[in-house]
Amino acid sequence: MGTLLDALAMVAAADVLIAIMASAVYGLVVGSLPGLSATMATALLVPVTFYLSPIAAVATIITASAMAIFSGDIPGALMRIPGTPASAAYTDEAYAMTRKGQAELALGAGLWFSAIGGIVGTLSLVLMAPLLAEMALSFSTYEYFWLALLGLMCATLVARSSPIKAIASMLLGLLFACVGIENPGGVPRFTFGSTDLLGGIEVIPALVGVFAVSEVMRAMTTPEPPPLPRRRFGSILAGQWGLTKKYQWPMWRGNVIGIIIGVLPGAGADMAAWVSYAMSKRFSKEPEKFGTGHPEGLVEAGASNNASLASGWVPALLFGIPGDTITAIAIGVLYMKGLNPGPTLFTERASSMYALYIIFVLANIIMIPLGIAMIRLASLVLRAPRAAVMPVIVLICAVGSFATGNNLFSVMLVGLFGIIGFVMDRNGYPVAAMVLGIVMGTMVEQSFVTSLIKSDGDILPFFERPVSAVLAAMAIAALLWPVLVWAMRRLRHAEPA
Amino acid sequence: MIKLTRRGALAAGALAGLARPVLAQPRYPARPVQVIVPWGAGGGTDATARIVASLLEKEMGQPFNVVNRTGGSGVVGHAAIAQAAPDGYTIGMITVEICMMHWQGLTELKRTSYTPLALMNEDPPGVQVNAGSPYQDVKALSEAIKASRPGQLKASGTGQGGIWHLALAGWLGAIGLRADHVRWVPSNGAAPAMQDLAAGGLDLVTCSVPEARAIIEAGRARSLAIMAAQRNPQFPNVPTLNESLGITYSVGAWRGLAAPLNLPAPIAQQLTAALQKVYNGQEFKDFMNARGFAMTWGDAGQFERHMEQSDATLGAAMREAGLVRG
Repeated sequence: MGTLLDALAMVAAADVLIAIMASAVYGLVVGSLPGLSATMATALLVPVTFYLSPIAAVATIITASAMAIFSGDIPGALMRIPGTPASAAYTDEAYAMTRKGQAELALGAGLWFSAIGGIVGTLSLVLMAPLLAEMALSFSTYEYFWLALLGLMCATLVARSSPIKAIASMLLGLLFACVGIENPGGVPRFTFGSTDLLGGIEVIPALVGVFAVSEVMRAMTTPEPPPLPRRRFGSILAGQWGLTKKYQWPMWRGNVIGIIIGVLPGAGADMAAWVSYAMSKRFSKEPEKFGTGHPEGLVEAGASNNASLASGWVPALLFGIPGDTITAIAIGVLYMKGLNPGPTLFTERASSMYALYIIFVLANIIMIPLGIAMIRLASLVLRAPRAAVMPVIVLICAVGSFATGNNLFSVMLVGLFGIIGFVMDRNGYPVAAMVLGIVMGTMVEQSFVTSLIKSDGDILPFFERPVSAVLAAMAIAALLWPVLVWAMRRLRHAEPA
Repeated sequence: MIKLTRRGALAAGALAGLARPVLAQPRYPARPVQVIVPWGAGGGTDATARIVASLLEKEMGQPFNVVNRTGGSGVVGHAAIAQAAPDGYTIGMITVEICMMHWQGLTELKRTSYTPLALMNEDPPGVQVNAGSPYQDVKALSEAIKASRPGQLKASGTGQGGIWHLALAGWLGAIGLRADHVRWVPSNGAAPAMQDLAAGGLDLVTCSVPEARAIIEAGRARSLAIMAAQRNPQFPNVPTLNESLGITYSVGAWRGLAAPLNLPAPIAQQLTAALQKVYNGQEFKDFMNARGFAMTWGDAGQFERHMEQSDATLGAAMREAGLVRG
């Protein structure tokens, strides 16, 4: 109890509270701008943390990243432009809801279930950290391979178009992931002698291009859609309790999946959102409604990506192994502030740990009022004339992608991917599946090749280890399921004839 | 406070401008200086560069702005430093990769493309094994390596051809084995490699001790030796290869400040002197100790010789490992 009071006193310090508020606003703004991801928001905070007390420093990172992951949903819902890669999975769904006049329900769901996911994720960190960390350490490259493969299969589940086109898009994404020198062999591929291409195609410029720039291009070539009726946004939280009760089971599933994926080093909020959205569709009673503005997937994936954020801290705090790119940066800050990761952090510095837990919960609670204010502000965009909004979007995209590496090359990539996205969208190829291919490509290849190196080219270890055997069974079942369904249907049709 | 110094600086700049016909050059630095970092924000190089920049700012009275120029596995940022105007208003933090990339045929840039200013840090590789590993010291491990068949044991720590890969290759060469006698499993950096070591997927990891220390402190791994001339004062229980095996092989990941080639000597000397003050200051020491980075000083001349040696050692290790191209 004494440590808990100590922790409360640490959090209640003026500098910590100011840090939380300021970084909350900062995270909300950065996350909502296309091209500036949650990782970027965290990285830009590092120089600021030099001047803060240890608890305040970590508080800024926790708060800003949670806010950024939520607010990435806002431009997704309002303009079909995801603010962060973690929102890309369900952007089309949220936008469809906005077109149906349910913008506040879509954004409210993003906010409400983000907050719930964040709090449940924090509870998992408090109650099961050692257990979860044990699980993270039992994952070797064999398990990662199957996991990444399962992630890739989400492409076909998520897409509303034909599975063939979804697979084609995903394969195109995998091809883009091949570019560069950051592959297991350390050999430059498809670089054509350009040093810019050595670093490969990064997710952010591709994401911004295929969603934002192609959206702008589409707007230029199509007549302005009938404007949404001008009205003040209704209550943002009104429908949420109803959704919580109606979709209780998907919500919990989203939380659990988010926690598990978050704990695994190398797989973060992006993957959690994809897998959860796909699971939601797969197990829904009304999968045909997905993609037409149906909140079920938003509930599950919205909870999932924020839950993964909190549980990503488990391996970071216990072993100094980053759960995702955000905690990778956070670990550096922890060391600098004398909060060295390790089991002793939980025993010798228990009050600091409790303080971190409290900050997690606090951040997810203040997310609700601040998020509502942000949504109300952002909703003004719907009223602005398209001719005014679109140039601003292009400008933000260019600035955001330049900021990722202070490199003009990524700005050109954004333009290029805008064209690719436009052409794909015109022909019914889902761009989200391509983004998934780019996100997962490196992990699939890396885990496959390193596993083979470790096993001297033997395939058996992919199935021998208990966890990898289970994952392999799941992956193969998911792969064969459509074939099985098709065969059954053929059989049934054949019988009466 | 900032405003005041800015205004002061502006005034100084204006005065210097007026005085130009008399004084050949305005006092350096008369305006903000850009510090290019070839690696991403949030990483170790970035953090080091940022602390150095903020201390240089105090020392020299002008803002030193850190700019991350990432991409191309460091080639893009290193090129940006080399290609900037040699006027002292663009400097950068160069890293050990500059002595590796040209051997792989990735770039024309090498250590001679820069005016070295100061070496600030060098982290030597360690030899880490799983806590349950039967090898209690590096002697037992190297006996086991010699007794194993080629490719039987697996090691990791970074990508193919990365600095820790070369550390292993050079060490194997020093004990008379082929560079690929222990098979290298490429990974996305030290953290995933240490995780795989703890998960039982690898036999040893040759990353630096600070990168491994959280897992070591968690009791999941042990550090058997470091490949350096002296023990690291922060990890006094880890012996050097020289003590255990009588091998003087040492290699390390270093970071230093450099400017474009042909930087005027007075400016270079001024920067080196300021960097020396930064290096000896308490704030820099505190930062480096907190992060577990080893402090290594070298002035312009020593840095140049250090790079020369690093270039030769790494070139030999890369040739040994069959990584030299072009």
